[in-house]
Amino acid sequence: MVGGDGADAPRAAGKGGRGFARLRARDRGSQGLESAPRGAGTAESAPSGLLDIRDLRIHFPTDDGLVKAVDGVSFTLDRGRTLGIVGESGSGKSVTSLGILGLYNTSNARMSGKIYLGGEDIVAASQARVRELRGSKMAMIFQDPLSSLHPYYTVGNQIAEAYLIHNKVSKKAARAHAADLLNRVGIPQAATRVDDYPHQFSGGMRQRAMIAMALSCDPELLIADEPTTALDVTVQAQILDLISDLQQEYGSAVIMITHDLGVVAELADDILVMYAGRMAEYGSSEDVFVHPGHPYTWGLLGSMPRLDRTRMERLLSIRGTPPSLINVPAGCPFHPRCDYASRTNGRSEKEVPALRPVSPGHLVACHLSTDEQRRIWAERDAVAS
Amino acid sequence: MGTFIVRRLIASVFLLVVVAAITFAIFFLLPRLAGQTTYSLATQYVGRNPTRSAVLQIEQQLGLNKPLYVQYGHFLKGIVAGEHYTAGPNTVYCPPPCFGYSFKSQLPVWPQMASAIPVTLSLAIGAAVIWLVSGVSIGVLSALKRGSVFDRAAMSVALAGVSLPIFFTGLILLELFVYKWNLLPAPTFVPFFQNPWQWAVNLILPWISLAFLYAALYARLTRAGMLETMNEDYIRTARAKGLPERTVITKHGLRAALTPIVTIFGMDLGLLLGGAIITEFTFGLHGLGLFTIEAIQNQDLPEILGVTLLAAFFIVIANMVVDILYAYIDPRVRH
Repeated sequence: MVGGDGADAPRAAGKGGRGFARLRARDRGSQGLESAPRGAGTAESAPSGLLDIRDLRIHFPTDDGLVKAVDGVSFTLDRGRTLGIVGESGSGKSVTSLGILGLYNTSNARMSGKIYLGGEDIVAASQARVRELRGSKMAMIFQDPLSSLHPYYTVGNQIAEAYLIHNKVSKKAARAHAADLLNRVGIPQAATRVDDYPHQFSGGMRQRAMIAMALSCDPELLIADEPTTALDVTVQAQILDLISDLQQEYGSAVIMITHDLGVVAELADDILVMYAGRMAEYGSSEDVFVHPGHPYTWGLLGSMPRLDRTRMERLLSIRGTPPSLINVPAGCPFHPRCDYASRTNGRSEKEVPALRPVSPGHLVACHLSTDEQRRIWAERDAVAS
Repeated sequence: MGTFIVRRLIASVFLLVVVAAITFAIFFLLPRLAGQTTYSLATQYVGRNPTRSAVLQIEQQLGLNKPLYVQYGHFLKGIVAGEHYTAGPNTVYCPPPCFGYSFKSQLPVWPQMASAIPVTLSLAIGAAVIWLVSGVSIGVLSALKRGSVFDRAAMSVALAGVSLPIFFTGLILLELFVYKWNLLPAPTFVPFFQNPWQWAVNLILPWISLAFLYAALYARLTRAGMLETMNEDYIRTARAKGLPERTVITKHGLRAALTPIVTIFGMDLGLLLGGAIITEFTFGLHGLGLFTIEAIQNQDLPEILGVTLLAAFFIVIANMVVDILYAYIDPRVRH
C-alpha cells in the first residue's frame, strides 16, 4: 500500500447498505420525485440538458449475425448530476459509454439516433470534431487502470499529453498542470511522482492518475466505466468519494457505469437499468430503489447483499444467463428469466414491451400493469425485510 | 540505468569467456575424449603429407600434450597479448588479437578475418536497414488495413519471401539485372570509404536478396504485434483523450509493438555479422561467410575456431545491445 490508499478504509465496509438505507429513510415521508429525470425525449424537440441521448442504437455486423449491443437508449443528464447505468455484463452499458465518446465511428459499427452534448449531435458530427470534444468536453475513466495506462510513458507524460492536445501551452506548463492534478486527486509528493511510471503506482493511485487524466481539460461530462471493479475494497470507497468530491468541485455531469447497485445508490441521482442492450427501467434513485417496477431490477436488488436488513437470508440470484445479443429472445428480452412472465397472458413472449411511465419521470419496460408491479414488489419487499 | 548497463557488460564478458571455453573444448577436448592421440590431433593442423617433425613441432606449439586449462589459458593469452608461432624454418609473430595461426595457409587467422569483416558488415547493415524499414512499415500498414487488398497482397508476397531461398532470388536477380539487362555490375566489394557510390551499387543486389527474406518475416511479425497492441486498453485510453489517430498509432501503438521486433532484430543482425553464408556464396563476396566455407572445405581448424569465436562474439554483443535497448524502451525492465 503506497501513499494515500487505505487512509479511510473502515468507511468502505457499509457503503452499499448505507447509501441504500439513506434513500429508503428519505422515502418514508415524501415521494421524493423532485429530482426525477426528464422523460426520454420525444423525437423532434430541442435538445435539453448537457447530454440528451435519443433512441441510440449501436449495432455491430459480424459473421454470426447482427449484434445489437445498444438498441434504443434515451436519457438526459444535466451538469452536476450523476446517472448510474446498471446491468449485467453484456447489457450494453459500456458500449453506450464508448458510443457517447464517439469511439465507434471509426470501426465497423452502425450507429443511429442522437447524442446531443451541449446541443451538438455527436452521431452526426465529423470525426475530427468528435475528436476535439473527446478528452476536452467529455472524458472517461476506465475499469482497469493498469492496462488502461501505457506502460512505457510516465504518468505525468500521459496526463500532460491529454492537456497538450486541447490547449495551446508549453510542455513545461502541461507537466506542471499534470503535477497539480495529481496533487488534487490525492497523490502524495505529486511533484516527484509525476515522473513515475504506472507500474510504480499502487492500484488505487493508478485509478487516481486515470481520474487526473480525465479531468485534465475540465470536462463537462465524465464517464466512469466500473471505476472501482479492479480495486481493493478498501480503495473502492476512496475512489468513489474522490469522484463525487471532484464532481462537486468541477460541476461536471457524471455517468457511472456499474454492475454494483451499492455504488450507484451512494452516488447517482438517476438510474438507468439496462438489459440486453435495451432500457429496462429509468428513473430517479428513489424511484428505482424504492419503487422498482421491472422484474429485472427486482432481481438485481434481491441479489445485492444488504446491511440494513435485519434477517439473514440467502441472496437471491437471477436464474439463467444474459441472452446473446445476436439472438435476443422474442418479445420481452428478459422473459425467459422472468418469474412473472406467465402473468402477462403470453404478451411477454410475443411483444416487445414499450417503455412507459409508471409515475412522472419513472419509466419501466414491462407488460405487467403498474398496479401489479407495485403489488408484487410490496410482497417481495415485505418478505425480505 | 547506468548500473544496469555495467551489470550487462560484466555478464557479457563472462559469457564470452564461457562461450570461448566451450568452443575450445569442442576443438581440443572432444577429439581426445573420442580417443585421438595428441599426435593424430596435431596432424590435422598441418597441410597435406606432413612430415613427422612438422607434426611434432605443431604438437609442441599448440601445447596439445599439456592439460586442457593450460592450453585454454595459452589461447586466451594469445588473443590479448599476441603469440609467436614457429612454422617450419620461420618464426611468425601473430599480433593481438591473435585468434590462432593457420599452418595450412601459413597465415595468422585474424588478419584474414579482419579483411572479411567490412564485407559482411556492409552486407548485413545495408540489408538490415532495408528490411527493417520496409518490413515494419508494410507490417504496420497491413495491420491497420487488415483484410484489405493491400494486406492480402503484402502477406502473400511476405509468404513468398519467407519461402524462397536466397540462392534462388539472388540468382534470379543476378541473371536479370546483371547478365540480361546489364543494369548493374557483377557484385564485387568496393570499400565504403574508397567510393561510397560504387559500394552501394555493387551491394544493392545482395542487399535486396537478403532483405527480402527478412523483410517478409518482419512484416508478418510487425503485423501480428500491431494487431495485438491496437486492441490494448491503453490504446482506447489514448483515443479517449482525443489524440489524433496518427499519434495513437505511432506513439502508443507502434512503440509497444516494436519491442519484440527490437529483440529479434538484434539477434538476427548478430547472427548475420558472423557471416551471411548463402548470400556471400551466391554473390561471391569475400566476407566472413565465404571465409567460413573455405575454412571448412580446407579443414583448416584454426580458421574454423577463429570464425566460430568471432561469430559468438557478435551474438553476445548483439544480445547485450538488445538488453540495454530493451531497458531503454520498456521502463518496467529498468526497475
